[in-house]
Amino acid sequence: MEIVSSIKPVSAIAVSLVAALLILLTGERSRNLREAWTILAAVLKFGIVVSMVPSILDNKILEYTLVSISPGLLIQFKVDALGLFFGITASFLWIITSFYSIGYMRSLKEHAQTRFFMCFAVALSATMGVAFSANMFTTFLFYEIITICTFPLVAHKETPEAIKGARRYITYLLGTSVAFQLVAVILTYNIAGTLDFSNQGILNEAAEKVGNTFVTVIFVLYMAGIAKAAMMPFHSWLPAAMVAPTPVSALLHAVAVVKTGVFVVVKVVLHIFGINLLRELGLGTALAYFASFTIVVASIVALKQDNLKRRLAYSTISQLSYVILGVALLTASSITGSVMHIVLHAFGKITLFFTAGAIYVAAHKTNISELDGIGKEMPFTMTAFTLGALSMIGIPPLGGFLSKWYIGTGAIEAGQLPIVLVLITSTILNACYFLPIVYAAFFKAPSGIHHAASHAPAEPFTVKSGTHENLDILAVPLMVSSSGTPSLCAESHNKNPRANSGTLSAPQAAKDENGGIHEAPPLMLGPLMLTATAALVLFFYPSVFLNLARLVVAGVTGGN
Amino acid sequence: MELIIAKYNYWIYIMLMMIGFYAMIAKKNLVKKLVGMNIFQTAIILFFVSTASKKGGATIPIIHKGQEIINPAHYMNPLPHVLMLTAIVVMVSTFGVALALAIMIYKKYKTLEEDEIIEILRNRR
Amino acid sequence: MNIAEHAPILIIVLPLIVSLLNTAVGLWKRDLCYPIAVATLGVVVLLSFNIMGSVIDAGKIHYRLGGWAPPWGIEYVIDHLNAFIAIIVSFISFIVAIYSKRSIEQELTKSKIPYFYSIYLLLTTGLLGITVTGDVFNIYVFLEITSLAAYALIAIGDDRAAMASFNYVIMGTIGACFYLLGVGYLYIMTGTLNMADLSRLLPGLYNSTVILAAFAFFVVGIAIKIAFFPLHRWLPDAYTHAPSTVSALVASTMTKVGAYVMIRIMFTVFEPRFSTEILPMSEILGWAAFAAIIAGSVIALGQTDIKRMISYILVAEVGYIVMGVSIGNRTAFTGAVLHILNDAFMMACLFLVIGAVVYRTGTRNINDFNGLELNKKMPLTMAAFTAVALSMIGVPPTAGFFSKWYLVLGAVVAQKWIFAAALIFSSLVNAILFFRILEKIYFRAAAEHSYDDGHETIVRNEAPVSMLVPIYVMAAGILVLGFYSGDIISKVIQFTVPEGF
Repeated sequence: MEIVSSIKPVSAIAVSLVAALLILLTGERSRNLREAWTILAAVLKFGIVVSMVPSILDNKILEYTLVSISPGLLIQFKVDALGLFFGITASFLWIITSFYSIGYMRSLKEHAQTRFFMCFAVALSATMGVAFSANMFTTFLFYEIITICTFPLVAHKETPEAIKGARRYITYLLGTSVAFQLVAVILTYNIAGTLDFSNQGILNEAAEKVGNTFVTVIFVLYMAGIAKAAMMPFHSWLPAAMVAPTPVSALLHAVAVVKTGVFVVVKVVLHIFGINLLRELGLGTALAYFASFTIVVASIVALKQDNLKRRLAYSTISQLSYVILGVALLTASSITGSVMHIVLHAFGKITLFFTAGAIYVAAHKTNISELDGIGKEMPFTMTAFTLGALSMIGIPPLGGFLSKWYIGTGAIEAGQLPIVLVLITSTILNACYFLPIVYAAFFKAPSGIHHAASHAPAEPFTVKSGTHENLDILAVPLMVSSSGTPSLCAESHNKNPRANSGTLSAPQAAKDENGGIHEAPPLMLGPLMLTATAALVLFFYPSVFLNLARLVVAGVTGGN
Repeated sequence: MELIIAKYNYWIYIMLMMIGFYAMIAKKNLVKKLVGMNIFQTAIILFFVSTASKKGGATIPIIHKGQEIINPAHYMNPLPHVLMLTAIVVMVSTFGVALALAIMIYKKYKTLEEDEIIEILRNRR
Repeated sequence: MNIAEHAPILIIVLPLIVSLLNTAVGLWKRDLCYPIAVATLGVVVLLSFNIMGSVIDAGKIHYRLGGWAPPWGIEYVIDHLNAFIAIIVSFISFIVAIYSKRSIEQELTKSKIPYFYSIYLLLTTGLLGITVTGDVFNIYVFLEITSLAAYALIAIGDDRAAMASFNYVIMGTIGACFYLLGVGYLYIMTGTLNMADLSRLLPGLYNSTVILAAFAFFVVGIAIKIAFFPLHRWLPDAYTHAPSTVSALVASTMTKVGAYVMIRIMFTVFEPRFSTEILPMSEILGWAAFAAIIAGSVIALGQTDIKRMISYILVAEVGYIVMGVSIGNRTAFTGAVLHILNDAFMMACLFLVIGAVVYRTGTRNINDFNGLELNKKMPLTMAAFTAVALSMIGVPPTAGFFSKWYLVLGAVVAQKWIFAAALIFSSLVNAILFFRILEKIYFRAAAEHSYDDGHETIVRNEAPVSMLVPIYVMAAGILVLGFYSGDIISKVIQFTVPEGF
């Protein structure tokens, strides 16, 4: 392992901070300029992150010390495979989400958009900070910044309900991090004398001195303190945070925030405690069963949620615990699976959230029970939804299958057959709460509540109930081909005479007198199809991510 | 008994101090509080000054012109007196400020009874 | 004559003389008082930095007043701790003085403004005097100068201020008298008032009950002066009703200087082992600090007046400092001294922000903030407030995090888990307190909520520049100090840790 000093990690973080400042300065004066900053920053950030890939695959580690506050307290960045993995996922999805959120915010004429985009940019900076941090102090710092700068995003609507949700959000996230995580960090520092991440863990020697009970307590404090991973019983902030605008739910509560949580869990497990120590103490298995509990229970709770976003939230809770489960099993395959799941779930879940937002913008619906027949109005959206759902369930050829496969293999390697059972149960439950939505959307007759569209005559993309197979066969390749290029989406979208892609008119204004396709604006549609496709593509071409995941595993297990 | 007589100056100062302390805490009238404060402070001055004296008829430390032999045992310790001069200045100014405040309060509430003032404040809310 | 050589006395004499001068100048030209006061304090700041520089270069400074050799004459002894506190005091007085102009013009009749600045300078004189002197009786005198000035300044405030100030006089006098008694007892036993001399003579007398009594008097006396729980009752009243400027100054400096005196008495005049081995004072103070933190935080939760709320937080913060001192190891002590600095900045900034809000809106009731649209009216002020709020909660990389880090780490090293828990608890309560306010500032009340923005015209009514700049100096200080806390510790604070830790 060669350590190279590089300013790239810092610039990846700084770029969106600068953007946040520019966004604030531009403000409402020029919306287009303001949004341009967001997109520019997103693209730049992704570019910087990707430019680090070759060196990492070369077995190098990029390092940069920003500030050394006092010995042991450094703001230091170190890009390794795991961090880069997370960094690529988050920064790539930010580009897509930027387009999507511009569409969303403008369509709904949301207020305080400057604040929204600014906080978003800061949140992404902090996410990169967590991804690239070299020690637990830096991690904690950015972890807290994420919490705080996403608070205004959750409370964005400023309704009593939103403020209540935001309160719960901040109470759980800030509360647990100060009450447990900070204490755990201080205890770690006290007994280990350092907070730097290390492939072997830093507590091995200390554990002999202070005894196993003490180390176990620290471990429990860490797990309780990382509420962003939404492990039960610290999960209820996530459904509460669903009051946020959908782009926030999509990127932050499916990717940045919650993945930060699981990422920190992975870091703590692999780099603070180390595989050997956890194996010795049997804590890995304990954590695995804890995560299993969350997986199953959250899935069951998800079953009875009628609000689409809440159902997705519970699904997220359950899926996040897959990552924890994978890493807790402490075997090579399961860790690979766990790391892969960070990215695969991200693509799947963001698609689902995008569709939820698209449905809200286009049809103003939030509940699953109202979605009957919506597939005819929004065929692209709902097809993307189907792909996302299948990926969540883990059906090949979608990405979600890969990670589940690896985690399952890992469980067998670890000799934990009950865990395999958990995986199967959860897969069935996933199917139970996703497939009915797909079914209702495509095959059920629209309910009476929904107006005009249901009475509309058939039009190009509406398919009668009987011919559903055709639709699937038709739509999938269509989307694969079209989604990569937003212009194509716009083109296909132009079939709807009302929604003019150039001016981004609010689609709900275009009351569906001519009925038929009634999609969300192209700025929203493009992203969601892109991510859906990515979920598919990742199954066939996971090599970049898989290589990175192998590097992670090689590092921590000492193999290769 | 022996102890009380031998150290009578301390006992007196403690008694005075407690009287003053009681008045400051327990009295409701603001001026009475201030009187208590004065007693309290004076007790401390007495205590300091009394520590300066020495047994065997020591007197004030004024040295006659041409005096050759100076025996410290013949003179009181001047330092506590000097300290207390400073302390008296401090205490007088404290008293002055406190009286000024009492006047301000009286102008505002037309009373110096603490519970009446509290009553007025409560009603105002 | 080298001026820098006389800096220790100049930082006291200069504001003292100008304080008197100001009154005279005020009779002639009232508008001159403000620039004179600010300029003086500016010079004092430079002098304090100069002192710090020479302490870092050459170690302890001994300055003999009037050339008299100690223990007969008064000696000013300045080491790292004194110089550190002197910088805090002078810097904050300087910044708050700049701020005071507009705020005090609103709160005070014009004819009294010269007197205000006179007393203001007197307060600074007293605080700096306490800081630099090496003589226990001298501390008493300066303590009383400070307190007298503070009584007068607080009485300027709103219509309840006089009563609050009166209660403060009573409590403050009791505290000062206890301190004086302690001095008396020490003098009886040792015959000296010089700190260095005392620390040399005292160890032989540690088992004397008189010394025990003296120590107890000292601690109780100072505890009253710094509003240490359960002797804190005067503070919230006094600081709530004082004028904004005065609250900012006294809240950030007086308690800190009081804490400094406590450290001096406990660890310089007496040896650290005295308060652990002979009298379990550290233990007692630690638990009282525990109570202060919990009680201060909990009571703050119930307040609707923001100044009162912060006053109670201050009670808790004093608990932080005393706890750090009482834990008795290097880390915790470092945390305590660092917290003196950080808390001074945070308190000053909070009260300055509130002063600006009161100046523009006239309210300090938290519930009123809801409809004020403060985030639109005073965006810059509110941004600063957010920064301080985060520091109070202890979010990295703000300064508040680092002192808390060292304090908690110190408690952990000493294996005093309950103390660590109290510190964490207080952070959580601060989070609730400040997010409750931030929420009111940044999010509109439900009733007025509407989706279209920009139709309403909210007049931007930012605080005047003379208020905004000090606020930003403080807020920036909170961020910068966070990053430099390592340097501050390695250059200054580590030398303040008493031997035997």
